[in-house]
Amino acid sequence: MARARKQEVQKEKKPLTKEELWIYVKRYWQLYLLLLAPMLYFLIFKYSPMYYVLIAFKKYSIVQSVAEMPWAKNHGFEYFLKAFKNKDFINALRNTIFLNLLDIIVGFPVPIIFALLLNELRLKFFKKTVQTVAYMPHFLSWVIIYGLALQVFSPNTGLINMVIEKLGGETIHFLDDPNNWVKTYIGLGIWQSFGWNSIIYLAAISGISPELYEAASVDGANRFQKMWHITLPGIRPTIVVLLILALGNVLGSGFDRPYVLQNNLVMKNAEVISTFVYKYGIKGLQFSLTTAVGLFQSIANVFFLLLANWFSRKMGERGIM
Amino acid sequence: MIVVICVLIMIICLLPMVNLLARSLSSNEYLIRHEVYLWPKGFNTSAYTTVFKDPKYLRSFGWTAFLTFVCTFLSLLMSTLCAYPLIFSQLKGRKIFNVIITITMFFNAGTIPNYLLMQNLKLLDNPLVLIVPGCLSVYNMIILRSFFYGIPDSLREAAEIDGASYWTILWNVYIPLSKPVLATLALFYAVGRWNGYSDALMFMKKEQFYPLQLLIYNILQNVNQIEVTTQEGFSTPGLQESIRAAVVMFSTVPILCIYPFLQKYFIQCVTIGAVKE
Repeated sequence: MARARKQEVQKEKKPLTKEELWIYVKRYWQLYLLLLAPMLYFLIFKYSPMYYVLIAFKKYSIVQSVAEMPWAKNHGFEYFLKAFKNKDFINALRNTIFLNLLDIIVGFPVPIIFALLLNELRLKFFKKTVQTVAYMPHFLSWVIIYGLALQVFSPNTGLINMVIEKLGGETIHFLDDPNNWVKTYIGLGIWQSFGWNSIIYLAAISGISPELYEAASVDGANRFQKMWHITLPGIRPTIVVLLILALGNVLGSGFDRPYVLQNNLVMKNAEVISTFVYKYGIKGLQFSLTTAVGLFQSIANVFFLLLANWFSRKMGERGIM
Repeated sequence: MIVVICVLIMIICLLPMVNLLARSLSSNEYLIRHEVYLWPKGFNTSAYTTVFKDPKYLRSFGWTAFLTFVCTFLSLLMSTLCAYPLIFSQLKGRKIFNVIITITMFFNAGTIPNYLLMQNLKLLDNPLVLIVPGCLSVYNMIILRSFFYGIPDSLREAAEIDGASYWTILWNVYIPLSKPVLATLALFYAVGRWNGYSDALMFMKKEQFYPLQLLIYNILQNVNQIEVTTQEGFSTPGLQESIRAAVVMFSTVPILCIYPFLQKYFIQCVTIGAVKE
């Protein structure tokens, strides 16, 4: 059997004669036809924009094509230098890293803890109900979450401040004060995603062999010891993979979440790279500068992903590639 | 103890929604007096009727529903077309195709190059810009491909021997077997389109094509307002409050009605996606 397969592989590797090629095409052309539309999609919407990345190195002009535009000064790196001299960009870069790191430090463990909790629930129906409710925020858009936050956190009429007022406390400006804004931003992020992100951990937990738990019971381990010595090590590979992805995205920034939550009062903590690019590029029409920023961000993302992956390999974990 | 924590978690998840619902159903005087917590006071549905009378909101709601249907259908089609041929190990160039697809997951050109592409394709301010550029998600396609891999080859080979074309095999073997996954992907795509607004914010300036979320964002930011026709001819702040609540509430209802029924399946899908990362 194995030998037959090997022969088959060898046969495939030989270059085809014209006749064989014809037979092959006759047999498989349908599959290529099916692939045509998706591949065109990738070519047009994912690869052709990469050509416009050249604008980062050129002086953008609305009347010229990309090829005709003159190269920027400093061997084409004028706009990269400009970006790093731009106070708003440095601020956005700092905020992006800061908010992403906070997200990881505060937010990353939450779904793991939640999954561990759920795993301890014995009542099937109750467990399912908790899950359904916890997944709900994931299905809300950031606009809707912003609407909810306005209602709940608003200084005068918001639910929380109404309660605080009743208890005689001072009004908290959740969305208008730069420092409180960061907490609100992180908190809402966790609120939206912890349930959904726990799915993967729950799946990993269900893959752990029940025999391990039985053996531990025989040895007299309590719930907490089982959690610590069996469940957590069991989901460690999953944790590592997700952590690599999160660390790889430390310079990435979604657009929806920061953009809807920010307002003019909190910009010093709320502007991130994606919103900076939108405001300077699409609204401010500084295409070369913002393309340079975007390119920097993309390359940094790949770099950090590879770095995190390399590091986890060094630590003896599997990594993602 | 654990049960108590879980109940607390549920309360935290639901509290904002309950508060919002209570506000949307309360009358102005109680809202202004800050007396509405989790139960509506002065129960009335005038906020909803006002919203329903607003032509802008209704049009946007209908347009978004239409967009969601079209996008979901198109995306499912594209995902299937992409995933199915790639499971054939005999297919020459399969590796290249896979590499082409994977690269797009890790590197993208960025906002401005995309914007310029839309400009050159004459898609700016064109309703198609809300449909075509997002019609294939690599992540969802990979989920589908993994599921296709799980279908035994023997089924396919049996059909091949019977002389079925690849198209027939797809239609008669793979699609029927993948219904749960396709339903979940439909949910993912539909939620994505229903909740999406950033593409419209960047590429769409014509207000009649605003998807619902962008309109709501503008309403929340006081750029747009629901037209209130009160007898006095002006709107009270309380009414605006409950209208905002109603607008937000109403647009989430469709999704919240669907997702619990697909829970079993989407858990499976997320897990497949994670394993195949």
